[in-house]
Amino acid sequence: MTHSEAAITSGPGSAPPAGGALRSPAALDLGYRMGRRWGERLIAALLFGCGLISVLTTVGIVVVLVTESAGFFREVPIAEFLTGTRWSPMYSEQHFGILPLLNGTLLIAAGSMLVALPVGLTSAIYLSEYAAPRTRAVIKPILEVLAGIPTVVYGYFALTFVTPLIRMAFPGTGIFNAASGAIVVGIMIIPMVASLSEDALNAVPLSLREAAYGLGATKFEVSTRVVVPSALSGIVASFILAISRAVGETMAVTLAAGATPKMTLNFLESIQTMTAYIVQVSLGETPHGTLEYRTIFAVGLVLFLITLVMNLVSQRITRRFREEYE
Amino acid sequence: MSEERFHPARERRRRAGIIFRVACLASIGFSIAVLAILIVDVARDGWSWLSVDFLTRYPSRIPERAGIKSAILGSLWMMALTAGISFPLGVGAAIYLEEYAPRGWLTRLLQTNIANLAGVPSIVYGILGLAIFVRFLGFGRSVLAGAATLALLALPVVIIASQEALRAVPNSLREASYGVGATRWQTIRHQVLPVALPGILTGTILSLSRSIGETAPLIMIGALTFIAFAPTSPMDPFTVLPIQIFNWTAKPQAEFHDLAAAAIIVLLVVLLLMNAAAILLRNKYQKRF
Repeated sequence: MTHSEAAITSGPGSAPPAGGALRSPAALDLGYRMGRRWGERLIAALLFGCGLISVLTTVGIVVVLVTESAGFFREVPIAEFLTGTRWSPMYSEQHFGILPLLNGTLLIAAGSMLVALPVGLTSAIYLSEYAAPRTRAVIKPILEVLAGIPTVVYGYFALTFVTPLIRMAFPGTGIFNAASGAIVVGIMIIPMVASLSEDALNAVPLSLREAAYGLGATKFEVSTRVVVPSALSGIVASFILAISRAVGETMAVTLAAGATPKMTLNFLESIQTMTAYIVQVSLGETPHGTLEYRTIFAVGLVLFLITLVMNLVSQRITRRFREEYE
Repeated sequence: MSEERFHPARERRRRAGIIFRVACLASIGFSIAVLAILIVDVARDGWSWLSVDFLTRYPSRIPERAGIKSAILGSLWMMALTAGISFPLGVGAAIYLEEYAPRGWLTRLLQTNIANLAGVPSIVYGILGLAIFVRFLGFGRSVLAGAATLALLALPVVIIASQEALRAVPNSLREASYGVGATRWQTIRHQVLPVALPGILTGTILSLSRSIGETAPLIMIGALTFIAFAPTSPMDPFTVLPIQIFNWTAKPQAEFHDLAAAAIIVLLVVLLLMNAAAILLRNKYQKRF
């Protein structure tokens, strides 16, 4: 027993021991072993192929967006695209300035953060610092359900519940307005902020809290002046991921925020986000291969780059600024 | 510090603590209230429209005659094909990363790439599906094109969940298997996978339940909204529940909003069942080592 244990300390990372050790040399079936070896290699190659699909997906996204956008930028100068303040590809007087769509997207992102950040962070603090284990066991699944509701359902909720409320509070507001979309996107993102921030708060060692209590701090002071600052990198990373989610959110803003690209900071106006524009074009009758059609790839490229940069920054923050305790 | 300069201000600090605690509780209460309001809002609008006829009729321009048969069948097709594509690919990739991959730049690249793909907006997957599956590979606006797109969308989550399940399998099992002369694949096939399977299935069902609610990528690849027949092959055009809901919600008439609410009830029940299945699976077969 001790002998065999010594022989099998090899983990999955190293080569498995040869299979025929127990047989007499004459009985070794070399053909069988060769077959087994080729079979093993084939399987390893197949599994590697599965892993490669994810790389191919990324390559596919980049190639599709860049090549189709290249066709678009041959006709519309990049400078005009990035700095123009009018977006009207479908009108007879065409303008291809993406700023109104960016404006709409940022308005939704900012508005949703006004909802999701405070609610998400205080929820996380409650779950991590205050809640008893049994309370947590009830609250966590509720947040998971909230996170699992399809975005189109939130769109319905925005249009049939949130919008009427807003129109009651601010008479004269149109059916489509940025506020309704922003609020609902914010609600959608609360669970994500809460759960990621809570992970960060949980990672703060107890000894820090105990030291603060030892100095006579109250629970409120321990939570806000010791635990939250110690977990700040994780919290910021969760905020950035949340913004990236809000930027990429599609259905709720398509249904609730309208289809009028414009430069505005007024939440009560109808706007259009980049994602909603892409949906609008693909629902329409725009023929494939036209300049109007190619706009969705150019807008998609901008959307992809923005979310990619945010995700990378968020990962970087978690890795670089993670406070290492003990 | 002298006695008279020490102000513990206990009362003020205690009150600040209570206010903060109440604020935190209010945040949690906000989420719970929103969930409750959402469910009540949907149930109130849609409940009276739910009937067997609603489930077995095709969509119609007349609200009273409309149903979601083609959407339900389309969603079932979509679920089966998406699972059929993403499950083997995702588990295969996870096995490679956990059991085969050498430590090195290539593995790190794969891992970073998967993490980033999980953060790409779903509508970008729709653009990819439109360009690759609908046009380049010539699948057209079919069930297959939609399922392939959703499978790519689900893949990162399936891979990450499967990796966690594989990582939870103790090394002693692998070592014992190698010790009796099994090859690496035999070890994985007969020892590691059976133990990891419940965890893998749980993660896969959860990520599938997310794909079932996806709307934007399917709108991109052109899932039609008015389909008065059931798809009979993977190459048929289709609609799914979320698209039907979107279509009805976007109409101005209140009757169609109620139809959307009824369809939302059906969709939420399906999602609830899938999540319950995942949780049951996890609780029943989860082994602790």
